[in-house]
Amino acid sequence: MVYNKKAKEFYSQELASLREQGLYKEERYIHSPQASSIEVEFPAGTEPKPVINMCANNYLGLSSHPQVLEAAHKGLEERGYGMSSVRFICGTQDIHRELENKLSQFLGTEDTILFSSCMDANAAVFEAILTNEDIIICDRLNHASIIDGVRLASAQQDSYKHMDMAHLEKKLEMHQDKRFRVIATDGVFSMDGDIAPLDKICQLAEKWDAMVMVDDSHSTGFIGKTGRGTHEHWGVMGRIDLITTTLGKALGGASGGCISGRKELIEMYRQRGRPYLFSNAVPPVIITAASRVIDVLSQTTERRDKLEENTKYFREKMTEAGFDIRPGVHPIVPIMLYDAKLAQGMAKDLFTEGVYVVGFFFPVVPKGQARIRVQLSAGHEKEQLDKAISAFIKVGKKYDILHKTKEEVIAKYGM
Amino acid sequence: MDNEMKEVILQYIRDEYVDEDSGVKVDENTRLISGGLVDSFSLVSLLLFLRQRYKADIPDAEATPNAFDTVTSIMQLVDKYRKDK
Repeated sequence: MVYNKKAKEFYSQELASLREQGLYKEERYIHSPQASSIEVEFPAGTEPKPVINMCANNYLGLSSHPQVLEAAHKGLEERGYGMSSVRFICGTQDIHRELENKLSQFLGTEDTILFSSCMDANAAVFEAILTNEDIIICDRLNHASIIDGVRLASAQQDSYKHMDMAHLEKKLEMHQDKRFRVIATDGVFSMDGDIAPLDKICQLAEKWDAMVMVDDSHSTGFIGKTGRGTHEHWGVMGRIDLITTTLGKALGGASGGCISGRKELIEMYRQRGRPYLFSNAVPPVIITAASRVIDVLSQTTERRDKLEENTKYFREKMTEAGFDIRPGVHPIVPIMLYDAKLAQGMAKDLFTEGVYVVGFFFPVVPKGQARIRVQLSAGHEKEQLDKAISAFIKVGKKYDILHKTKEEVIAKYGM
Repeated sequence: MDNEMKEVILQYIRDEYVDEDSGVKVDENTRLISGGLVDSFSLVSLLLFLRQRYKADIPDAEATPNAFDTVTSIMQLVDKYRKDK
């Protein structure tokens, strides 16, 4: 036996330390399909409780939509369950290529390659095309999967202050001696709902000869007038060299991701993208469902329009009620509380009131910036939003944080 | 200890990493990387700054997150390799 007493004790202590620091993550068991209203068993062993779900990435409410289920059933019946192969051996069906083409058309790019997840897409996006002659310049609040992708690459690395264009320009100027420069940013930052200024980033990229890579996972399907993403929002479609995105959020929410962009680069990923070469093809059931989602979103903006209305309504009512929310237009709405215990306590009380939200604190967000992150969906009805807002007000009154400044909240609860 | 070098490096760290309204204080013993203030990605620009300012040919292999964790340890590294004295 190689799992000896020393190893067992070491890992037990690590886990105990996570618990002590309040960093231990516990799963909550959901007894219903993913939707705006779900049945949650929490704490484990108790009767499932109906709650309004305000923490899913189900932005367009398509996770359990009848049309999506129908397309998934069709895929299962006509194309089977699994591919039992990577893409380049015998894992590519015509529908895989068809979805890649649809995604290229939807995103306004030259070509697209599918991956098992956007995490996998980000693991390939730098590693397969850059060497140590090149540099990747990252926004400092980029998602963990971009950071891991950078770590996997042999390229040099640098970073710029969050959305600070003057700082980015300084870095671009500093690295003119490198062969290729790649600016890497989230399209929308998942903890803040901030939208990266891609118009300015593209201008700088053109001025200083750099490629632009955007992870648009929290945008594809609903940001921009027709939901194409952050590049549509800023009017820079066709000017982003590499977009990574997911099928696991707005586009049905199952799993799968892609890299979409310049033709030669996409071809390089088919030759050298390790997560593409060494993991299974996305199963047909996801392909046919995602394909239907793209068809629906290409025909109508009804769902993204409803999401936009829900977001506006919720942000307005919560601001009126006296919550400190980060301004913006994104359905990610951070309710700023600054203190970790306050965020956890309020999230727990909201669950008792029938609203499922999660408190986030260091190291997921910077120290002293604890918050509850609300995520809206086109699947939310106005009555659900009103019920959630009332619950927030009730809990906000209990903790006496309404209409209080940041300093007043910090003075009362710390940070 | 070279006070001027300490102030120059501290000022660079403050300009580069500390948001004005964050109230974060940095001195020569502040844990920069392990304390979450400096991301290890941007070591490259800090290294470039030191190479240019002090003509210090610090080898990449020695520019580790550990060696760059405090201004004091950065100064020791610069002293070992600087050529402007």
